[in-house]
Amino acid sequence: MSKGQSGLGKSTLVNTLFKSQVSRKASSWNREEKIPKTVEIKAIGHVIEEGGVKMKLTVIDTPGFGDQINNENCWEPIEKYINEQYEKFLKEEVNIARKKRIPDTRVHCCLYFISPTGHSLRPLDLEFMKHLSKVVNIIPVIAKADTMTLEEKSEFKQRVRKELEVNGIEFYPQKEFDEDLEDKTENDKIRQESMPFAVVGSDKEYQVNGKRVLGRKTPWGIIEVENLSHCEFALLRDFVIRTHLQDLKEVTHNIHYETYRAKRLNDNGGLPPGEGLLGTVLPPVPATPCPTAE
Amino acid sequence: MDPLRRSPSPCSPQASSPESPPCEMLGYVGIEAVLDQLKIKAMKMGFEFNIMVVGQSGLGKSTMVNTLFKSKMWKSTPPGLGGPTPQTLQLHSVTHVIEENGVKLKLTVTDTPGFGDQINNDKCWDPILGYINEKYEQYLQEELLITRQRHIPDSRVHCCVYFVPPTGHCLRPLDIEFLQRLCRTVNVVPVIARADSLTIEEREAFRRRIQHNLKTHSIEVYPQKCFDEDVNDRILNSRIRDRIPFAVVGADREHMVNGRCVLGRKTKWGIIEVENMAHCEFPLLRDLLIRSHLQDLKDITHNVHYENYRVIRLNQSHVLPRGPGWVNLAPAPPCQPSSPGLTKVCRWAQDNSDEDS
Repeated sequence: MSKGQSGLGKSTLVNTLFKSQVSRKASSWNREEKIPKTVEIKAIGHVIEEGGVKMKLTVIDTPGFGDQINNENCWEPIEKYINEQYEKFLKEEVNIARKKRIPDTRVHCCLYFISPTGHSLRPLDLEFMKHLSKVVNIIPVIAKADTMTLEEKSEFKQRVRKELEVNGIEFYPQKEFDEDLEDKTENDKIRQESMPFAVVGSDKEYQVNGKRVLGRKTPWGIIEVENLSHCEFALLRDFVIRTHLQDLKEVTHNIHYETYRAKRLNDNGGLPPGEGLLGTVLPPVPATPCPTAE
Repeated sequence: MDPLRRSPSPCSPQASSPESPPCEMLGYVGIEAVLDQLKIKAMKMGFEFNIMVVGQSGLGKSTMVNTLFKSKMWKSTPPGLGGPTPQTLQLHSVTHVIEENGVKLKLTVTDTPGFGDQINNDKCWDPILGYINEKYEQYLQEELLITRQRHIPDSRVHCCVYFVPPTGHCLRPLDIEFLQRLCRTVNVVPVIARADSLTIEEREAFRRRIQHNLKTHSIEVYPQKCFDEDVNDRILNSRIRDRIPFAVVGADREHMVNGRCVLGRKTKWGIIEVENMAHCEFPLLRDLLIRSHLQDLKDITHNVHYENYRVIRLNQSHVLPRGPGWVNLAPAPPCQPSSPGLTKVCRWAQDNSDEDS
């Protein structure tokens, strides 16, 4: 799921991440088109295949987030969407005759785009991340990082990290879920040095030194997306896809979903009437030991 | 109206259901790295496998288990020297952790001494079925908890190896009764025990007769035909089904043969090598259980047998109004494709409700 105000390059980044046109970019505003009054949530699904491995990728975009004059509670539709997906999964899971593989529409990862003001996190950012870091894995990302110089970038990053810490916002990879020493050292390094990733997205190719690279062309040079000295896009991509994809899913399933489930069951003393019986006691196993005999 | 059923309020998402057209890739993304990630996680967590061996005493069950896992899981008691034959069927479980190349396997073997040893063997399968269902019940209770563990310990029986005595004739009534009941609850792999007492021709004839018996009584042993997912599976499994039941010999002593050290049984007329395909089919059994179908055994136990059990138990609770999850009680249920057990579930549920009314 990618969120952030419009114009931060969310769609471009998603396209770059998956090297394909998975998101349609919002076209430049016509005069007739109105800015959406409320946050919309658009989900698009694609099947990507590589090396025999098929991945069903769903990208959820949130145009209209933070674009209004009064942005109070603009995270609510998003939180609601996330909880709806958990609810769907829970319903399937408690069904009596359930499917072999429950379709998983839960949000595994939320990329939050921070605008590169260079100062600090805005109150909207803080509020949003505070609310959502409890229900989903959040990865903060500094958008359009080519507008900052290297020094500005590292200062901004440090400031963002400190603010997140001061406000008690746990972004992915969360400290408390490190399973063993290996994970801890690896994740500590990521947490303290690289996050939030300062990225630049692009889906246009240019020739640089005889190679074709994705980049942005400006009069003063070409910003190469995959070049680590230019921006940290490669780090983000490796992090989300190549090393932590499975972990993102597992933390979502084992922790966020379980938290949701426990809360739902405790709230009602069992599921809503009509379905399921979690929380109620099963009758004792019948005296004849085998329900399937005869 | 149920608040959860209400369609999403206007300001939120009409999330379009994802159509999934395949996407054109412009470069290498690295999705296949997820396989490595899965592997690392699986290695960290380790695997569990629970196997049950059933058969009369003296058929070489303990020796077979020792041979399968190349380690002394048990000391086989020499016949006659052990105490008096137990009056009722007991169940012994032994758990070991085997490690090989960094992969940890928590293996639990359940033995059933006293099975079929009495004069009157009626209902000797009850304790076994009870045990298997008890394990399903434990798992179900864990799954229903409000705050449940991250990894529910899996003590369900994944595979039951049934030892058929090498009479050379056909399946005995006890065997047939037992197999009929058990193949609905658990994956059963029948084997011909002590196959060195039969010649090769006798073995083949015995095997054909057993296969015929199984078919006549519609006993579906593992690998069940209805769970073959695609053509490759079907071809592979047909080959296996052709050779079931495997004629096996177990041995935990080593002897020298042609300069090599092999597991075998030494007799005056030669040495029967356990791992030699020309002598017995032990390698086929080992490959089936461990090398090729271990995960499949676990999957079928979890997706089919456990789900059947769960459906029955949840239906029994009678707490539910008959919502959409209720099992269809129509007389000739057009069941979902892959489970023989479902027919029985429907039938059982119908019997149950008949009793109640």
